[in-house]
Amino acid sequence: MSDPKIEGLELKPGFKGMASDTASDQTMFKGVHWGKAMMWIFLLSDTFVFSCFLISYMKGRASTPVEWPNPSEVFALNAFGVPVPLLLIAIMTFVLITSSGTMALAVKYGYERNRKMCGWLVLATALGGLTFVGMQAFEWSKLIHEGVRPWENPFGAPQFGSYFFMITGFHGTHVSIGVIFLFIYAYKVFAGHYDNGKKGWFTTMKGDYVEIEILGLYWHFVDLVWVFIFAFFYLW
Amino acid sequence: MEETKKNQESTTHKIGIYLWIWGLLFVLSFFSYMVDWYQFQGLLRWSLILFFMFLKAGLIMAFFMHLFWERYALVNVLLWPMTAIACFVGLMVAEGKYTLFSRLFYFFIGGQ
Repeated sequence: MSDPKIEGLELKPGFKGMASDTASDQTMFKGVHWGKAMMWIFLLSDTFVFSCFLISYMKGRASTPVEWPNPSEVFALNAFGVPVPLLLIAIMTFVLITSSGTMALAVKYGYERNRKMCGWLVLATALGGLTFVGMQAFEWSKLIHEGVRPWENPFGAPQFGSYFFMITGFHGTHVSIGVIFLFIYAYKVFAGHYDNGKKGWFTTMKGDYVEIEILGLYWHFVDLVWVFIFAFFYLW
Repeated sequence: MEETKKNQESTTHKIGIYLWIWGLLFVLSFFSYMVDWYQFQGLLRWSLILFFMFLKAGLIMAFFMHLFWERYALVNVLLWPMTAIACFVGLMVAEGKYTLFSRLFYFFIGGQ
């Protein structure tokens, strides 16, 4: 990732390097695995999808004359008989950041070819993601019990429900897909597919620890989106 | 990917940097939760939320997603499209104000 060295080619740093990389007749992203470049392009398009959701939420909230439900009260949870604002959301945030940290370390140990550490950390990340999805299911069922629907809710502006289910649902889908892949990749790491270069499905590419970094990019993106949802939907 | 394999030594970073960023993310998340806990309101609330949000997003992208160490060709391809999103946000802020104005006007005052 940092300062790749390609034989017979001198790579310049900074914007000059960017100009010559872009203008070169070989690959544009020097030293970047094609899978990684493709994952980044996918994440860029996903950024636009999530932006459209959040922007439509902003527009819906800004344009309704009806009072918007106070998220601090709607998402409060009783702990020892005292309502604590956003308690579950705060715990979910910490769980997701924890799993993001274990993922970053898994990538590091993967590149150091430390199979055991990498595998355990990917597994820990998967379990963190699973915990997050579980807590989100709890949050959804709690709100549905309280009468929140995509078309109405007892707290205020009826649009609240549709934005809530759409945005957190789409994010939760991303987390769920990530968890499935994390479990598969944890197995692949432990089985040594990246040490002996075993081919994956649908590809002739030999297994390499760069795949853990690609998976890591996806997982960090899920965490990144949650940062924005947490700020705009729950705190604003 | 022979090129990347040759440089595997240079591709890992010290564990300290990851632990530092990890810790910072916890602290920043705690601070943004405190914004709600102490019920800051108005401009102070919004600016604090945005400040912590962008700081967290920047740290995740720069260090966890390794953008800080990538070449500019990749970084710029990824970051410039964000200006389109910023334009979209600006347009929809204006549109939202107009919609609210029309609703208030026609629902409560009534057009002739």
